[in-house]
Amino acid sequence: MELGLQGCEVCGLLSRPEAGEDEGRCPRCDEELVFRKPASLQRTWACIIAAAICYVPANVLPVLTTITAAGSDSDTILQGVVLLWSPTGWPLSLIVLIASIMIPSAKILALVYLLVTVQRGSIENNEQRVRLYRMVELIGRWSMVDVFVDTFTAALIQLQPLMAVQPAAGLPFFAAVVVLTMLAAESFDPRLIWDSASSREVRHA
Amino acid sequence: MVRYNQPLGDASLIACPDCDLVQRLPELAPGASARCPRCDKELWRRREDSLNRTLALTTAAALLYVVANFVPMLGLTVAGREAFTTVAGGAQELWQDGHQLVAGLVLFTAVVAPALQIGLMLAIVLGAHRKRPPKWVGQMLRHHPTASTWSMLEVMMIGVLVALIKIADYATVIPGLALFALGALIFLLAAIQASFDPREVWDRVEWAETEARRATSGETMAEAPS
Repeated sequence: MELGLQGCEVCGLLSRPEAGEDEGRCPRCDEELVFRKPASLQRTWACIIAAAICYVPANVLPVLTTITAAGSDSDTILQGVVLLWSPTGWPLSLIVLIASIMIPSAKILALVYLLVTVQRGSIENNEQRVRLYRMVELIGRWSMVDVFVDTFTAALIQLQPLMAVQPAAGLPFFAAVVVLTMLAAESFDPRLIWDSASSREVRHA
Repeated sequence: MVRYNQPLGDASLIACPDCDLVQRLPELAPGASARCPRCDKELWRRREDSLNRTLALTTAAALLYVVANFVPMLGLTVAGREAFTTVAGGAQELWQDGHQLVAGLVLFTAVVAPALQIGLMLAIVLGAHRKRPPKWVGQMLRHHPTASTWSMLEVMMIGVLVALIKIADYATVIPGLALFALGALIFLLAAIQASFDPREVWDRVEWAETEARRATSGETMAEAPS
């Protein structure tokens, strides 16, 4: 950025915008180039806050309703984990616990930490912070596991009047948490982590 | 009027996508990789025989994709009754239960995005086999990462396995042909990711700027050899 050069996020080509201009297109792949993702912090905050709000109903409301001749019974995500827990089934139960409960909350906390440190102009632990960001990007998709579990359980168990399973009110909120945290990670610009250190160097030089 | 940036004329100079450090990529032997000295991001990994291998793997993936989506994936029998579902059938059931948003998300991540991921890659490698890949190859390559981000077959596979174990408590579960096709498809998609080298295509593709200039200055202008 200090050199007035823009690296294309899509094809990697380094190019120089016309004098006095902030943005142009990449001559090779046609991508609109910017020095930093526009309104990165605001967008990431917006997605994170929305995700945190949806996180509550996603965990409190039931995601599946089982209807049998004896009546109906609703399970939240956590109850689903407990139900799966058995001497043979515990690894799967652990997968669901990690993917649906721990990953979404860890993602929200990690992104809040990144946002706060960037906004405070922190210059410490840059390598660890960018590594944390890459991890958030990498594992985010795995939270979708529970959405698929509930989808296919509900699709198969349609044995009226014996037994039927239906998705319940919590599921859309849970899906929203997954999508919002993925969008938040996408709108965060990791280059911001390095900017305060670079601007300090310039000031001291 | 579209304004294009001025290229530097040296394609080995790049800025790290994660920390913006400007650096020069070294010439790499096939299989070797280059990392950013400041943030350790892998900047480039040169692949051996990238285009041919990717084409072979993608063709196989396209065939398996058809199998995975059009034959039953899971079935169950209980008390003499049978039920079967395909991948799209799961989304359809959600839709009918009034969860259209989630149904759309499942359909997108498990059916549409994987189709785009495979289809775009097939077009890219076929187009890149030409001496001078046309601009549309670049346009497809530009959108391919988005398709890969939202294609979640491996996540779905784990989800299906968990569902299968859950259901096994109530009924006899019959794994369908599509389940095995999906299992193989996941490994193929990973192999495609590991054999494709986007830099190789970007180095040869027709530039967007050249095409735009040709379009504005008339079609008969002779193209300078590059």
